[in-house]
Formats: sequence, C-alpha cells, structure tokens
Amino acid sequence: MKLFELAHVLRSKNSGPFAVTLDILFDDPKAYERVVGSGRITPASVAALYGVPLEAITDFALYPPGLGIKITLLRGVSSGTVGDRDVYGAQQHAPLMELEIP
Amino acid sequence: MKTTLILSPCGILGYGFPLKSLESALREQPDAIVVDAGSTDAGPHKLGAGTAIVSRLAAKKDLSALMDGARRLGIPLIVGSAGGSGARKHTLWTLDIVKEICQETGWKPKLGVIWADIPKEDIWAACQRGDVEKMSPNVPDITQETLEETNGVVAQMGAEPILEALRQKPDILICGRAYDPAPFAAVGILAGHDPALCYHLGKILECGTLCAEPGTAKDVMLGRLDDTGFEVWAADPRRKCTPVSVAAHTFYEKDHPYLLKGPGILLDLEKCRFEQVSEGRVRVEGSRISYPPYCIKLEGARKAAYRTFVLAGIRDPLLIGQMDSVEAAVVRSVREYYADIPKDSYQIRFSHYGLDGVMGPLEPDRTLPHEIGLMFEVIADTQEKADAICATTRSAYLHYGYPGRKSTAGNLAFPFAPSDISFGPVYVFSVYHLMRVDSPTRYFPLEWLEV
Repeated sequence: MKLFELAHVLRSKNSGPFAVTLDILFDDPKAYERVVGSGRITPASVAALYGVPLEAITDFALYPPGLGIKITLLRGVSSGTVGDRDVYGAQQHAPLMELEIP
Repeated sequence: MKTTLILSPCGILGYGFPLKSLESALREQPDAIVVDAGSTDAGPHKLGAGTAIVSRLAAKKDLSALMDGARRLGIPLIVGSAGGSGARKHTLWTLDIVKEICQETGWKPKLGVIWADIPKEDIWAACQRGDVEKMSPNVPDITQETLEETNGVVAQMGAEPILEALRQKPDILICGRAYDPAPFAAVGILAGHDPALCYHLGKILECGTLCAEPGTAKDVMLGRLDDTGFEVWAADPRRKCTPVSVAAHTFYEKDHPYLLKGPGILLDLEKCRFEQVSEGRVRVEGSRISYPPYCIKLEGARKAAYRTFVLAGIRDPLLIGQMDSVEAAVVRSVREYYADIPKDSYQIRFSHYGLDGVMGPLEPDRTLPHEIGLMFEVIADTQEKADAICATTRSAYLHYGYPGRKSTAGNLAFPFAPSDISFGPVYVFSVYHLMRVDSPTRYFPLEWLEV
C-alpha cells in the first residue's frame, strides 16, 4: 500500500523559519506498527527521497502515544526570503505520499 | 485539591472564534483567559516591516469579546506575542486597540505590558563573549553590519516575566514576543502547579482546538490543572479530544514530538499518559521538565532586496519542451542589455508551476505538463532597478524566437494588465539565535499603563 493510504495525517510545516518538519500520523495502531516495522521510513530513505544530505535531517523520532513519526529537515532557503518557494513549508510532504509500504 | 482552569479562545488572536463557544466556556468559571497572538510562519516580512498577521478589524473584534468576558468574570486576560511578532511596534498596535475598546466601553482596567525588544549592543556584546549561538547551522552569522541592518530584535520571553506581572494582579496583560506556551504556563505556575504540566498544557492550549477532532485554530479550548495532571476539552462538544489526538498535537510545527525546548526549559513528554476520562475529554499525567542553562531565542529580520514579478501562462508544447534553454537565452540578452549594471546587484529567477513550482530542485517528478504557470521575478538592490530589469525580461521572454517556433506573435499569456507587479522590499530572518542570559526577566521590562 502507499503511505498516504495508511496514514491519517501526512503533512509538512515550518518548525521555525529554518526547518521544515514532516509528520506522519496514524489513527490505527496496526497501521503505525506496519509502517514503522517496514523499515521504509528512515533518515537515509527520507534524505534520498528529498535529494538532501543526511546531515540535513536534524530530527527523526517515533512517538507511540501519538501514533506518529516525525522527520525534520533543514531548509535550503529560509522562510519568506529570496528563493523560497513555500513560506509556511506546507506543501513539502507530497513525495512521502507515494512511498510503497509492504 | 487545588485546580486552575484556563480558557484559550483561538490559535491566533484575530483568527476569530464562535461567541457561543466563548459563552459556554465562560460558564465553567475559568481562572484566566489566555490567547497567543504570535507566529513566525508568515515569514520575516511581519517582523521586518512592523506589520501584523491579522487585520486591525479582526483583532479588535476578538479583543472586544475577550475583554468583555474577562471584565464580567473579574479574571485576567493575557495576550502573548502581541501583534504577531511581538516587537515594540506590534505591541503598541495591540495596546492602541485595547485602549480604544476601553474608551468605547468605559472600562478602566489595570493594564500591564511586558516589552520584548532586545538592545542590539547587548546582543553584540553577548556575541563577543561567545554567549550567542545559531539555532541551526543554516542560520546566517551575526555580523556588526547585519545587526545594524536588522529592524529591531525581539526575544521570546519565558513564564518568569509574566509570573512577576501576574503577582501584581493585572486585569489585562499584553506581552511582547513570548514562547507560545509561556503565558498559559505562568497562570498555572502562579497557582502552584507543577511547571512541567503547566508548560505542556500551554503547548496544547496555544493552538485553540487544534488538538481535537475535528480540529481548528478558530475555536475555544479549556484546560484544567490539578495536583497530578491536567484535563483538556473543547468548549464545543462536537470537537472531541482523544488520547491520540492530544498526544499527537505536540508534533505540530516543532522539531521533535516529545522533547520541547523553551526559554530555560526542556519539556520531556516521552513517558506521558493520555487517558479518555469522558467523551471528548482527555487527562494527561507524567509530563517532565528539566532546566538547562537559561537561553532566550532572538528573532530579527532585515531588508534583503526589492522584487518585481510577473505571472504568465505558457500553453505552447514547443516552448514547454525547451523552457530551460529559452530562459537561459533571455537572461543572457537582459544581462547584455544592462551591461552597465553590476551583475551581482540583481537576480532573475523563474518558477514553473505545473512542473516544479512548489518544490524546485527537491521535486522528484519531472513529467512535462501541457500547461505551465510561470512566475518570474527580478530581485535587485533598488525597486527602480527591479522594475526596469523585470520589464526588459518580460519583453525578451514574450518575443524570444526559439528554435522551431510557430507562434511568432508571443510566448506568454498574461492574466493581468499591467503584467509587472512592483512588490516592494523582501526581508530575511537575519537573527535566529539563542542568547545565554543571567536573568529570565532582565530583558522583559514590565510597565503599567494609564487607561
């Protein structure tokens, strides 16, 4: 299945003006366990998907009480200045949606 | 058992909330109304240019309802990060609205303000001492020059300056830039509750009912602290909190889901317990806190350049197939025409909506579409230069004779006349640093105002 079919929330947003954070949240513990257990979402896989170096991933965390996975990346351009394309960082999640989860 | 009930009307003052929700929440006899007004989400322009996130009309509408509620119940109203960015100009803007409402209603409240502007000479001195560090490696260095060009620097206050003000029993307290949960936490700490629970509750309440399902930042949320935990619920019973919705809320616009850094604190929510106590109502226990060396987060923006831009559509498949080479040729012709203008004093940038307008170089899917939404902009050190170079770029692109062209009358479909939009200044976050301080209150002076 594709990740967006399993997730309840799949979003991106600024975490301050210099980082974008990706949240993958579930409403079903089985779906959360399936995705975490698949090993398809790791700092390395997200770095490869976004074409950024591994050092650009500053946080990668699982939070079982919230049934969620969080990945935070450094922005190449800070929010709202010359060269930025997404001031709120709200549309940077799309590449994750198509990830195939066994 | 001592309990404290806090009412949060919405995620940002001026976003609005249903008056029915407010009235139903006020009937529960809250001990304080606290509302966050701040955000850096809208980019550096608000802080740099001194403008607000919401309209004056919307801020006044919300403040009128909240001041009326606070006055009727005899409870304090606390506003965090006044005017959005919380600098002097934004705080004065908010105070002006509060005073106007007081005049209209004949109320003479005890009105306090806590300023959050940090003197640049103190920042530079702290830089020299090694007491300032970047929030992340991609933040620019502070130099004397960039600090000079920065339009005032604010810092996020913690709960301590607000606590000092609350001890003197204000009716209304307007805070400059504040750590979003801090004004909520101060109310709980004043009443003697565990600071870990107070900050965690603040983190949840500052977004209105965003932690409920269905969530929104435009509705009223309640939180009650007691000796061992807190409970949260939405004033509108159709919005329901569940253990997962409340636990997952700490993901929102933060680096980490359970380690939250604030002024002088580190909140650890890893071992929290979330329990459904009744329909729509969740109890939280087990929040933990530690106290690292006290640092305040500095925020500053400076004018980086001026912009002029054009929006246009491209439908011709022969052009869509070779936009990159056409644009390179257009730029070359503009650069040749303006050979007398230093090359590094301006940039010409193209965005292609339908191809990679949103993600740019991060876009993995490079499939060519049948239509392109083109935005191009000229960024220059003066508005006049940006306007002139943008006009030349537009005419060069419109008429450029690329190889194999059939549409010899024009390459661009402009939705508007005039086509060129003179945007004004572009700002950049020039300061986004942590500064070590010896006192949590020193940079946040409290002032009492006459109404």
